Amino acid sequence: MALDVFAPWDDPNAKPLIQFQNVTKRFGDFTAIDDLTVDIFEKEFFALLGPSGCGKTTMMRMLAGFETPTEGKILLAGQDIGAVPPNKRAVNMMFQSYALFPHLSIWENIAFGLKRDKMPKDQIGERVEEMLRLTRLEKFARRKPHQISGGQRQRVALARSLAKAPKLLLLDEPLGALDKKLRQETQFELMDIQETTGTTFVIVTHDQEEAMTVASRVAVMDHGKIIQVSTPDVIYEAPNSTYVADFIGDVNLISGKADPQGDKLHMHWAEGQPAVVGSPLDGATKGQDVHYAIRPEKVSISAEKPENAANAIQGEVHDIAYLGNISTYHVQLPGGQIIKAQSANNRRISRRAFTWEDKVWLSWTDTAGVFLER
Amino acid sequence: MRRLLIAVPFLWLLALFIVPFAIVFKISLSDLAVAIPPYTPTLDIAEGWAGLKAFFAELDFENYIWLTEDDLYWKAYLSSFKIAVISTLLTLLVGYPIAYGIARAPQEWRAMLFMLVILPFWTSFLIRVYSWMGILSQEGYLNQVLLWIGVINEPLIILNTNIAVYIGIVYTYLPFMILPIYAALEKLDISLLEAAEDLGCSRFSAFWLVTVPLSKQGIIAGSFLVFIPTIGEFVIPSLLGGSRTLMIGKVLWEEFFSNRDWPVASAVAVVLLLILIIPIVLFQRNEQKQREANQ
Ligand SMILES: Nc1ncnc2c1ncn2[C@@H]1O[C@H](COP(=O)(O)OP(=O)(O)O)[C@@H](O)[C@H]1O
Ligand SMILES: [Mg+2]
Repeated sequence: MALDVFAPWDDPNAKPLIQFQNVTKRFGDFTAIDDLTVDIFEKEFFALLGPSGCGKTTMMRMLAGFETPTEGKILLAGQDIGAVPPNKRAVNMMFQSYALFPHLSIWENIAFGLKRDKMPKDQIGERVEEMLRLTRLEKFARRKPHQISGGQRQRVALARSLAKAPKLLLLDEPLGALDKKLRQETQFELMDIQETTGTTFVIVTHDQEEAMTVASRVAVMDHGKIIQVSTPDVIYEAPNSTYVADFIGDVNLISGKADPQGDKLHMHWAEGQPAVVGSPLDGATKGQDVHYAIRPEKVSISAEKPENAANAIQGEVHDIAYLGNISTYHVQLPGGQIIKAQSANNRRISRRAFTWEDKVWLSWTDTAGVFLER
Repeated sequence: MRRLLIAVPFLWLLALFIVPFAIVFKISLSDLAVAIPPYTPTLDIAEGWAGLKAFFAELDFENYIWLTEDDLYWKAYLSSFKIAVISTLLTLLVGYPIAYGIARAPQEWRAMLFMLVILPFWTSFLIRVYSWMGILSQEGYLNQVLLWIGVINEPLIILNTNIAVYIGIVYTYLPFMILPIYAALEKLDISLLEAAEDLGCSRFSAFWLVTVPLSKQGIIAGSFLVFIPTIGEFVIPSLLGGSRTLMIGKVLWEEFFSNRDWPVASAVAVVLLLILIIPIVLFQRNEQKQREANQ
């Protein structure tokens, strides 16, 4: 029996909750979103990742109803929501700035949306208490937003946007203002809440670690386009372009000419160096320009040339970045190119095997990296 | 040096408020006299201790008692209060949309719109009030225009009524209402309105539930800035108002200059000041609260 994994995007019969269909958004003659098509499914935790200004907030604002697409359609549960104003959408947004009402108490902030729905008083009370419990804010119900800490404010914003039990919750860089430790804690909290409430979350972030931690799928964006949408592990292990490989985590990129040989692809990249060997790239022809991407932690470093490694190159230690648990060795190849190799520091630093200007061998298997067309 | 700096505002207060107030208060306790100055007693330092004693013996609260006996005075106070309240509300009604409009205007327009609000201050206040006489009189521009359009057949009688007084006050004090409200609205974060809409508010209810409460401090400040000077206003009711417009500023002026009854006039002024202390204290409290909220 197959494990029941959550992957509606692989199921051709699954109905998406949100569909962007060839959506373009222009501000004047500036194109913020460029002919974008993507499906987001119910109960997903969908992350939009990309550099500042790539159109993440604009996508959220179109979902919330604050902007209308210049071209194309956005469907929510199969319905075109283009003409539906923000106050009539079953979508709530947690704002980048939190946007808590400073004149209202925490309790009243959370009750705000419920009151607009003309919910009976006792039900409002119950629902607000439930939200306060969920976000562990019971003690602060009577306080005003300026009387609580940044982390608590962020939880109030979350509670307020969850209170109406929206079909879709939008989170625009929700954890941007928190310090690293609190941010990590809150990420797990968010995942818990997403699981308990079963709400579909779309989260915007420019922090790739955050996207990898929380998301069921990640969309990597650039200049108003989605470059790749996939699960975090696929994005990391099998990026579809050097842009994605470079954006997510640390990577070594080598460019060269393709040379398909049987079930392997070879790449010639420098005079007098052995070709890089890896799994083939669909449709790659001999002599075509290709790129090879390999993560530093997949490159081994050794003093002697390793036996029967698919790839092995000699170089000289140029720099060492000591990060406590791991070290990154910057190794310079004869042609001048730098390759990064990471190894765990399972010995004390004084007993480190390599130091500056040592001749070392770098090696990796033929499945460690990926060939990319662009 | 530091002490001297701190002393400056106190000296200022002493010279421009405490001393004049003490003089007016003393006059209010004196009796009317046909003399120069037109009241007794006056202090004669030459007579020394005995003179001082005689001086204080002659002071009394007669004039204050007189204020309670003639119903002109309390009616004038009450009518001033009523006119001030109504004009403050009218100014708020006119000023809020203007302040809102400026705060929502594109950044590059705001300075210019602001100039337009403040521009009238560059001409004399008196000239501006006089020009309203030209506008509001029976043969004035307003009536001419209305007759010409055909909205009315007979000229309206506006000048020398309370309506003209309201128009004059609203016109004169409008900037005092607009500035603090604008200051409050300008700080308002647009994302709060979006959040309100996101949570189910219409544009209109977002205005009532978010914009208005968050500009409350500005509304209060502006209202006091209009209300406080309006209560004692003299020029506008005497130029634009009629004989039936009763305001305490006018009464005060008449006591001083027509009746030359300085002691009663001073008593009227002291009572007015005491009445005004209440809104002034409330205004200060509001300002204080605002400062605390901004911290
Ligand atoms: N209302 C607007 N008018 C003009 N340009 C805008 C507007 N909103 C966003 N933009 C532009 O669209 C681009 C994408 O913005 P945004 O979606 O906020 O980016 P992100 O959230 O990914 O940082 C930016 O270059 C921004 O300047
Ligand atoms: Mg953004």
